[in-house]
Amino acid sequence: MVVDDFSTMRRIVRKILKDLQFREVIEAENGLAALRLLESNKVDLIVSDWNMPMMTGLELLKRVRADERLKGLPFLMVTAEAQKENIIEAIQAKVSNYVIKPFSAAVLAEKLAKILPQG
Amino acid sequence: MMDVKLINPFLVAAMHVLKTMAQVDAKPGRPFLKKDDLAIGDVSAIIGITGAAKGSMALIFTEQCIKDIASNLLGEPFTELNHEVRDAVGELTNMICGDARRRLAEDGFILQAGIPTIVGGKGHTITHIASGPCLAVPFTTSQGSFMVEVAFSGST
Repeated sequence: MVVDDFSTMRRIVRKILKDLQFREVIEAENGLAALRLLESNKVDLIVSDWNMPMMTGLELLKRVRADERLKGLPFLMVTAEAQKENIIEAIQAKVSNYVIKPFSAAVLAEKLAKILPQG
Repeated sequence: MMDVKLINPFLVAAMHVLKTMAQVDAKPGRPFLKKDDLAIGDVSAIIGITGAAKGSMALIFTEQCIKDIASNLLGEPFTELNHEVRDAVGELTNMICGDARRRLAEDGFILQAGIPTIVGGKGHTITHIASGPCLAVPFTTSQGSFMVEVAFSGST
């Protein structure tokens, strides 16, 4: 699942995930929309922006980690919020990994490889 | 006077973001002070900034330039200034502002940013939040030209 309020970034991440052989990618434009989709969809991974209207990526991360069914999901934050305090806050909320925008496809793939189960 | 240390990171960030995400080389031109709100371009996005200084940053593209950059960014051709191309202006603004804030934070200058607002159309205007002067820097690329505008009320 890709969560970002800008369709441009959702499309960029979707394309990279497809190139990495992810068969199906679903999209949400904020944390709240993502939570609704998670009620009825089984996903293997969440790639989320931080700064979004309605519900931020950080709040989404906290909700996911507090949910018995979802708490083990790999959660990659892909964000322009690149200050040390942001990264510490995300780590404290148990983010799986963190990608700072702008990024290359290779960087995203490398971070994904670190958090996804092998095989 | 406008503090150059506060402005330069936005210019470096603009070049870095376009190179990393769209493989576009952008060359800055001569900065000038804006005298009015008229955007020199066809589509813009503006983002509010708070924290150690209050202000805003805007990114203004000519139609041809942003269509070509969006084509590079998304890996498909865009021939119209449609919703997807406008959305790209917002995300580029978000990334440039974020990258500039990261650079400023390395010098202990902590800023926060809002969510970009996209505006467009021939002769559209951009109203910066800051009471201080607005510095505009034109950039050229092989795809066309764009402008970065930065305005701050002053640092605390």
